[in-house]
Amino acid sequence: MKNPEEIFDVLKNQFGDDILGIEKEQPTEPIISVTPSSVDKVCLFLRDNEELKFDSLMNLSGVDDANGEKVKDEDGGEIIKGGTLSVYYHLYSIEHKHKITLKTSTPREEPRVESVESVWKTANWHEREAYDMLGIIFNNHPDLRRILMPYDWDAGYPLRKDYKNPEFYQGMKVPY
Amino acid sequence: MALKTETMILNMGPQHPSTHGVLRLELELEGELIVDVKPHIGYLHRCFEKHAEAMTYPQVIPYTDRMDYLASMYNNFGYVIAVEKLLGIEVPERVEYIRVIMGELQRIASHLVAIGTFGLDIGAFTPFLYCFRDREKILSLFEMTCGARLLYNYMWVGGLSHDIHPDFVRLTKEFIKEFRPTIKELNDLLSYNKIFIERTANIGVLPLDTAINYGVTGPSLRGSGLAFDLRKDEPYSIYDRFEFDVPVGQGLMGTVGDCWDRYYVRVLEMEQSLRIIEQAIDKIPEGDVQSAIPRRIKPPVGTVYQRVENPRGELGYFIISDGSTNPFRVKVRAPSFVNLEVLGELCKGHLVADVIAILGSIDIVLGEVDR
Repeated sequence: MKNPEEIFDVLKNQFGDDILGIEKEQPTEPIISVTPSSVDKVCLFLRDNEELKFDSLMNLSGVDDANGEKVKDEDGGEIIKGGTLSVYYHLYSIEHKHKITLKTSTPREEPRVESVESVWKTANWHEREAYDMLGIIFNNHPDLRRILMPYDWDAGYPLRKDYKNPEFYQGMKVPY
Repeated sequence: MALKTETMILNMGPQHPSTHGVLRLELELEGELIVDVKPHIGYLHRCFEKHAEAMTYPQVIPYTDRMDYLASMYNNFGYVIAVEKLLGIEVPERVEYIRVIMGELQRIASHLVAIGTFGLDIGAFTPFLYCFRDREKILSLFEMTCGARLLYNYMWVGGLSHDIHPDFVRLTKEFIKEFRPTIKELNDLLSYNKIFIERTANIGVLPLDTAINYGVTGPSLRGSGLAFDLRKDEPYSIYDRFEFDVPVGQGLMGTVGDCWDRYYVRVLEMEQSLRIIEQAIDKIPEGDVQSAIPRRIKPPVGTVYQRVENPRGELGYFIISDGSTNPFRVKVRAPSFVNLEVLGELCKGHLVADVIAILGSIDIVLGEVDR
């Protein structure tokens, strides 16, 4: 059983600059930051290393950090320019009973993260949901389709903080 | 001479009696054999996560009720302890004991629905009536406590909405006494029934490594033979004080991890829940159940991931707080959502009729899949 600081040191040794840092000032568990282009390699290492053995992906969630610049659009609403979207991974090792949280942030205008579907199959639906709700694109995902919204929903991504309902969807009035 | 054949696509649903909600399955068939199953979800999507961002922390609790409507108590449980962890508050002993008792009663009620409807999916009608009769008694206990039968809104951050009724302890003990023999009755009627075994043993075998890779948890994982239970492996609330066993699938009627094993784990778990309630019911300390409820809930900036052993598996709440009275982001790791993904894997090579058995054995609630 290792604590998150030890796991961070192992990762730092293995991946160097791809591991961006560790946030320790958390009320619960520390968060390790990883670059979006290396998250699949880091996860594969975390799963296969004998001393770490993170065989279970508990949860994967996309988040709109809403840290960009807020500007007014033409109808007086607010939209967010710039900033980042993030993906949080909660990993657990059934054998060693340790867990960590990984985080990767990607620019809001071009949100691309490597998929971890090949590491844990369960990531398939979780990533589809993050794509559907926040528009994060997972590279190398085998089946990146919307999952909760209609497949042809073209009015954006509902969990973004500046999301607005469209007036119409296929001729039907949406806000009622 | 080999005939050139094409596969056929068949839709099951969007509304099928065996799905406990709205689900469409796209079956790819070669004759009667399943080549692949693709679940299409999203029909019930009521935007829990988006709503939660517009609510204060206590206002979110009634919404958690509506996700897994067969285990609302447990959804409350997971959410409130996540927020309590974020706030760093401790709840009184009396509250902890009552929460555990309510949680375990809810587990029995939920498993009774799972078992009853599983029998019904396969064609056994009587066990369904027996199960709902017994579940009714638990719902009456809940109604007596908080006035609601399905959507309780009972556990609050730091406490409970109501104290238990003066008769609650006596009636719960009576229920336990009456319910024990009915588990045996249920076994005679369903578990060891020859037709039932033929329909479920060796069907939809889920190997352990596949289960872990797909993130399957709860009775479906334990059916595959791994004794992983968050109440034991990562104890929350006061679960570390009670003695109980974690039943696993042993392949008694077929292969380890088949439908029968997943079903039987639930039957055994009901007995363990009764054990926990028995140990807790006499020890409920005196006190006020609302004394620790904060007047204004404003957690510090930070994140929390709290998971609990819901009747269907690991229910996790990931909450990000930006220091205001509303959560910045709430993500629910719903066990049914994750467990449903493995369906295609389980159905391959089986017959159309087996899809119903397999779907019933993983016990999904669509309200939680779509949230």
